[in-house]
Amino acid sequence: MQAEQQYSFEIVKWFAYMAVVYLVIGTGLGVYIASELAWPLLYITIPFSDINLVFGNPDNPYTSFGRLRPLHTNTVIFAFGGSTLMATAYYIVQRTSAVRLWSDKLAWFTFWGWNLVILGFAITLPMGITQSKEYAEMEWPLDILLAVVWLVYSFNFIMTLSIRKISHIYVANWFFLAMMVMITYLHIINSLAIPVELFKSYSIFAGVQDAMIQWWWGHNAVGFFLTAGFLGIMYYFVPKQANRPVYSYRLSVIHFWALTFGYVWLGAHHLQYTALPDWTGSLGAAISLAMIIPSWGGAINGMFTLSGAWDKLRTDYILRFLIVSLAFYAMSTFEGPIMASKTVNALSHYTDWTIGHVHAGALGWVAMVSIGAIYHMVEKLWGTTIWSVKLVNLHFWMATIGTAVYITAMWVSGIMQGLMWRAYDDYGNLAYTFVESVAQTHPYYAMRAVGGLIFFLGACVMLFNITVTIRKAVADSSAKTAALANAHI
Amino acid sequence: MSEHNSNKPVSFQEKLEKNVFALVLATAMIVSVGGIVEIVPLFYIDSTFEDKAHPEYEELSGVRPYTALELAGRDIYQREGCYLCHSQMVRPFRDEKDRYGHYSLAVESKYDHPFQWGSKRTGPDIARLGGKYSDAWHVQHLRSPRSVVPESIMPNYTWLDDSTIDGAGIEKRVKAMKVLGVPYSDDDIKNAAASVEGKTEMQALVSYLQVLGTMIKFQPGRDYRD
Repeated sequence: MQAEQQYSFEIVKWFAYMAVVYLVIGTGLGVYIASELAWPLLYITIPFSDINLVFGNPDNPYTSFGRLRPLHTNTVIFAFGGSTLMATAYYIVQRTSAVRLWSDKLAWFTFWGWNLVILGFAITLPMGITQSKEYAEMEWPLDILLAVVWLVYSFNFIMTLSIRKISHIYVANWFFLAMMVMITYLHIINSLAIPVELFKSYSIFAGVQDAMIQWWWGHNAVGFFLTAGFLGIMYYFVPKQANRPVYSYRLSVIHFWALTFGYVWLGAHHLQYTALPDWTGSLGAAISLAMIIPSWGGAINGMFTLSGAWDKLRTDYILRFLIVSLAFYAMSTFEGPIMASKTVNALSHYTDWTIGHVHAGALGWVAMVSIGAIYHMVEKLWGTTIWSVKLVNLHFWMATIGTAVYITAMWVSGIMQGLMWRAYDDYGNLAYTFVESVAQTHPYYAMRAVGGLIFFLGACVMLFNITVTIRKAVADSSAKTAALANAHI
Repeated sequence: MSEHNSNKPVSFQEKLEKNVFALVLATAMIVSVGGIVEIVPLFYIDSTFEDKAHPEYEELSGVRPYTALELAGRDIYQREGCYLCHSQMVRPFRDEKDRYGHYSLAVESKYDHPFQWGSKRTGPDIARLGGKYSDAWHVQHLRSPRSVVPESIMPNYTWLDDSTIDGAGIEKRVKAMKVLGVPYSDDDIKNAAASVEGKTEMQALVSYLQVLGTMIKFQPGRDYRD
């Protein structure tokens, strides 16, 4: 217990708890906008009140799909994903370096700064204040604040590593470092803009160059923010929870350098057959195929860490989250290169298949590995055990089933859309109008909303479970302190 | 991790693992490569833009900056997140040609700060929407999409009728575009405010939709992309 107190864990506690709160909000928003697409004119009147919940809200700009969708993506990526990354980075760097954070003050600055960014986009995005670049919608004042907080976070992390008491930097930290460097590049370059007003700016790039820079950002927000960072989480929490060393050190070295070198090239595969020159798209597609190797290397490295301890999966629910997340990681990093190949991309691009692919990664991989890490940290940070293991198990099945339902719905509707759009009848005319494909999509949009709802309810179960766990832990420790104090009198 | 044997030379990897600043530097260099190779040439290679590759095709010089009203409409297009469901990028496939029209060229979006190619077709591509429907159809469709397309799942944009375009604001925006290299003349800036006088957001958006994909008069039989 003495060793625990030398670390600053208060900051980790706050970020970890907020991550769960944002998981609930972010997935809740996702269910809402999914419902707007499935039932554009559904009204739900709350009993005994004048409140109408309206999906596809005909008269309210602030809840229309086009404004809420960026709020959903920014909430899950920056609020949930970002809080998880801050919590885990601060936790891992202290434990693997055997030192306290370089600066507590800077860490608290990142907490309040990051939450201010979140508050900022939660207000501005529904108002239609946007740069209209996907996952980089925030207007320039928020972009600057985000950059400052991000640099402070990175600086504090690097300085903590520089004063470490362990001779080697642990592999999890490499991945966090790569994320910090790359996201700094991406965010700053992609957000370069000329401000016109306080909340309006124009990107300094235009057309084809802007498209390439945006998707260089877009895919590396996935590749570094949502992959490298979460691989850092994997490389710490999987061995910890399984109580085994990482399967192969050599594989993790290869995984790291191949991933950091390769991921950067993939953005171009979002722009195949567009007005982007063919050489760029083809290069992106070729490197995308090669990325199966490091991705699967990493997934195997994580899974095989369980070698000789597979029986733990039967009893350890937290480990289940971590291992299933690796299965989804392997699945979606196999799917990605397939979708990047030109032939498949011609069909899959612009369809729901892309949305399904993103959610296989976002729900199955990013959220699951985070959930496992957060359950693990809650037990360690508050020196307790989870209040209800049954609820963790329930959450596990809700998250897994919700994800499976979601991505299955999107696979079917995506492939259907791709096939309908290119179908010809016997006379050489297009077989379907566009809107016929929209009408056919309805059952799958409903199914997707249900899958998302199951996942969202699972997140609610988690929030409830860890809230009770923390409250009990805090009450117990203050009771103990009081008892100790009384004993001394 | 493997124990380091004191007789063995220290590997480069091991040096990096022991020095955080060297590790950051090495990572910063490695992650730069892909971006530099894929992005920087787009600013220098002439074949990126069709009018540079084919100066003999005069129709390609038809691409002009948006009028003040169109620009105001484009800002509304961004504000409402239209790009999240509608792409503006026709690919060179038979079905897309039949459904939408001529494939999109890079030169067509050269004044688009930022680009609006989109990534998803929850609704159809609208790169060549201009001139396909009347203004009245667009107004009706934006106010109540299901009144003209019963299966549509698009939101109603009734509030676009409620606000008018701010003349002083649009002048600033045209000026900013000029700073970014969009060739607006001094007259364009001077007349910007007057040209949007009294126009509603609905009218601005429709004027933007009506210009989409119409600036180049494509000549049959010409291959614009090599």
